[in-house]
Amino acid sequence: MDSAFIIEKSIVILVVFAITMVMAMYSTLAERKVAAWLQDRIGPNRAGKGGILQPLADGLKLFAKEEFEPNTPNLFLFYTGPAIAMSTALMTSAVIPWGDKIHVFGRDVILQATDIDVALLYVFGVISLGVYGIMIGGWASNNKFSLIGAVRAASQMVSYEVAMGLSIIALLMMTGTLSLREIAAQQSGMNWNVFYQPLSFFIFLICAFAETNRTPFDLAECETELIGGYHTEYSSMKMGFYLFAEYANMFISSTILAVLFFGAYNYPGMQWVVENWGVNIGNVIGIGVLFSKICFFIFFYMWVRWTIPRFRYDQLMHLGWRILIPLSILNIIITGVVMLRSEIAVFLGF
Amino acid sequence: MAIETISLSGRKKQVSHKEMSFLERMYLIAIFKGLWITLKHLFTRKVTIQYPEQVREMSPVYRGQHQLKRDEQGRENCTACGLCALSCPAEAITMKAAERKADEKHLYREEKYAEIYEINMLRCIFCGLCEEACPKDAIYLTTSKLLVASSYEREDFIYGKDKLVMPLDVAMQNTQLKNAN
Repeated sequence: MDSAFIIEKSIVILVVFAITMVMAMYSTLAERKVAAWLQDRIGPNRAGKGGILQPLADGLKLFAKEEFEPNTPNLFLFYTGPAIAMSTALMTSAVIPWGDKIHVFGRDVILQATDIDVALLYVFGVISLGVYGIMIGGWASNNKFSLIGAVRAASQMVSYEVAMGLSIIALLMMTGTLSLREIAAQQSGMNWNVFYQPLSFFIFLICAFAETNRTPFDLAECETELIGGYHTEYSSMKMGFYLFAEYANMFISSTILAVLFFGAYNYPGMQWVVENWGVNIGNVIGIGVLFSKICFFIFFYMWVRWTIPRFRYDQLMHLGWRILIPLSILNIIITGVVMLRSEIAVFLGF
Repeated sequence: MAIETISLSGRKKQVSHKEMSFLERMYLIAIFKGLWITLKHLFTRKVTIQYPEQVREMSPVYRGQHQLKRDEQGRENCTACGLCALSCPAEAITMKAAERKADEKHLYREEKYAEIYEINMLRCIFCGLCEEACPKDAIYLTTSKLLVASSYEREDFIYGKDKLVMPLDVAMQNTQLKNAN
């Protein structure tokens, strides 16, 4: 491992980290703006031009607020909860291919922090660790309502994890790899997976909403029933971490949706651009394309949030266990039959 | 016409209890319809009034805080007849009459005046009936946007003459303006 490689990876990691943070930060502003626009309002516009400094002002307020601790025997866990939520939200971005490669100083820089073969499994593993942040937070709050909220959130996330995992299997059967980089590369041209696996995409989308605790599946925070849910007892930046983790999760799941189903950094005519204008320009446009796809999904999250009311808990569980899981199993069977149609024809003697 | 079918607004609809079809039970079409509606609102005109820069236009019949008027010579109009208190549906007005002294002719127009005149702002509904009832043009509801200041004490909401009577200098100014015209 030469030093250039280490420098290159360090820069990529730093940039990815910064981008995740900035995207999560400005998602909070975008959320408020989109909410306002959908409700015929203008939204925050006092801090900076068009409210551009609003996230900074919000952050400053959260840091300056009074720290409050409940009388809990587990103060350590109380502080660990938001930290886990935040770190799991930020860990996932390590395996996401942000672009193909860039040619600088005679080296091919791969625009990915690390290219592991089981990237998708890693993503799923880290996402499911996010339950711990919520569960520990709810438990250590020493508050019954927080605990109920945390249990609700945890059971919801566990339930939808199953459907999510099953929905992705059909895609994996088709692509034959767990590496996000290869999945992205396979979709060059317009071979986006969403055209081949629409049902899988649809189930994955619904599960992603549930995994990020976004409306209509935001049962973890139910003002009327549970005060505030698992973060009732949290104040100042600890609360901010939970909210921030939600936005970071939203960004990451938008990214994964874009990479898995919407062709990642690929765009029509990419081959031509790379051949005629050079590798760098082609791939920088690719990064822009990926980010526009991500931004669309983030907008979609907000759009849905301000359209659809929250589910009831039994409806949520019904949807997860009795509709999405059978549907994804059906999808696996259909995919299998389509993939093995010649073998099946031979077997049946056609 | 049967009584069940009469609809004054023309919007009456019979509730149907029919079973939802499979498509309807998927809710997907309904969800997309909802998304389409909210998307359309993204591009409609915003109704926000940005307060310090823009001020909402008040209705011409807006009624703000009360004021007890003075005439051109700065004398209080009110003669404490009690008609305003009588007409007040919320029974917010109380007053106590007193007789004018010889040396107070410059203060009060009539021989009787209101020694105490109080409006309980917690009861007042700003209906304007006191204004209509007044035979002496004494009480008016102004277009002042300042309605009732907030307070923790109940007593603070009982507005006496100190808050209700038009200040003397304002009356003087009005007279000067009138003469100038």
